[in-house]
Amino acid sequence: MKPHLSRQLSSWLCLGAIAAASGCATTAESDPADPFEDFNRAMFSVNEGLDKVAIKPIAQGYDAVTPLPVKVAVGNFFGNIWDSWTAINNLLQGKGGDALSDVGRVLINSTIGIGGAFDVASEMGLTKHSEEFGQTLGKWGVGDGPYFYWPVIGPRTTRDTFGWMVDTFYDPVWRVDNIPLRNSLVSLRYVDLRASLLPTDKVVEEAAFDKYTYIRDAYLQHRRNEVFDGDPPRIPVNY
Amino acid sequence: MKRLLPLVLGLLLLSGSAAAVERSPDALIQQVTDDVLTIVRQDKDIQSGDTSKAIALVNAKVLPYFDFQRMTALAVGRNWSKATPEQKKTLTEEFKKLLVRTYSNALTSYKDQTVTYRPSKIDAAETDVVVKTEIVQPGSKPVQLSYALEKQGDGWKIYDVIVAGVSLVTNYRSSFSREVRDNGIDGLSQMLSDRNKQLEAGKK
Repeated sequence: MKPHLSRQLSSWLCLGAIAAASGCATTAESDPADPFEDFNRAMFSVNEGLDKVAIKPIAQGYDAVTPLPVKVAVGNFFGNIWDSWTAINNLLQGKGGDALSDVGRVLINSTIGIGGAFDVASEMGLTKHSEEFGQTLGKWGVGDGPYFYWPVIGPRTTRDTFGWMVDTFYDPVWRVDNIPLRNSLVSLRYVDLRASLLPTDKVVEEAAFDKYTYIRDAYLQHRRNEVFDGDPPRIPVNY
Repeated sequence: MKRLLPLVLGLLLLSGSAAAVERSPDALIQQVTDDVLTIVRQDKDIQSGDTSKAIALVNAKVLPYFDFQRMTALAVGRNWSKATPEQKKTLTEEFKKLLVRTYSNALTSYKDQTVTYRPSKIDAAETDVVVKTEIVQPGSKPVQLSYALEKQGDGWKIYDVIVAGVSLVTNYRSSFSREVRDNGIDGLSQMLSDRNKQLEAGKK
């Protein structure tokens, strides 16, 4: 049996991490959370280049030709598939009530919501949660570890890189047997996600002085917030 | 008539401050959000990307509730105490311009989002609170939008805006401290004012 592309990608990322850890000299004044800044900045510019020539134009095209209800349905469809994994992660984090609600969401949206195209469950008051394995590890007390910026998948801490590998291993979309269908679904989900981020591009472009640091620091703050389910302890203000 | 005028003004001021005392921080956030959204929903120019119109709206409706000096101090971090009062003033002025523009731009990407308010238990004696709201958009996860407020005299002032856990203020810390290290406080002011000029000229 041919190994899943996702698994190949995972082992390749591992190699990348080892290479980065051993091979890269770091700048003297680097952030302690980002010991491989040189490597990360190189990967960041690779991604920026890729985004500029290919991914962003495709996302813009998709955004322009797709009517809003269709985009919403696409987002809901993939969101519904992910909700089953959200349920498992909530269970792993000991949040039985949330996990139950997520299972309810999948049942309702897959049936009344016509295969997940409509998010009926949210309207019924079952809130959508945001969970994946990286957050579960965080809840279990695993620290962030060094920050990485990967090609294609973007920013991930070491913990979240492992989390992402486990996510991808589970991911029902990657497990679709029909390869052309699987690839189309993975691409569509990626483009849809990129398109949903288009409005933030301009804000970041204008607000950031160093886009690399801006995105890194935002990512780290955001992940901390996610692990604490939107309620992180406040860091004391110091001047 | 001449004697009546101060009395009327005094009464107006009194009623104004009385309203401010009664208003809790979450009520303040809700009212400002509602005011802004009502206008954005009707304004096709803002929805199609007219930044200067959005800036005018923010200046009129949102600005009075922000404490920009505190925001700037938070973004600059420990170097803030090294700045002279004059430098603090310039920094605050420039950072304010940049934040207003960023916030206004975010308004121009408004589509069909709605804002829900998370109930918050705020102790009456509290002087520093976080008010949480959520932006709900069809087809994707709701985005958290929170405001940190501090009680100042009679009213509350916002000193931080937190989007999905990311503080729009402290996210500047590392690039600001790098700039201060390399080019001093004046270098940071210069960097901010250069960016503002660039944005005003529509180059970026």
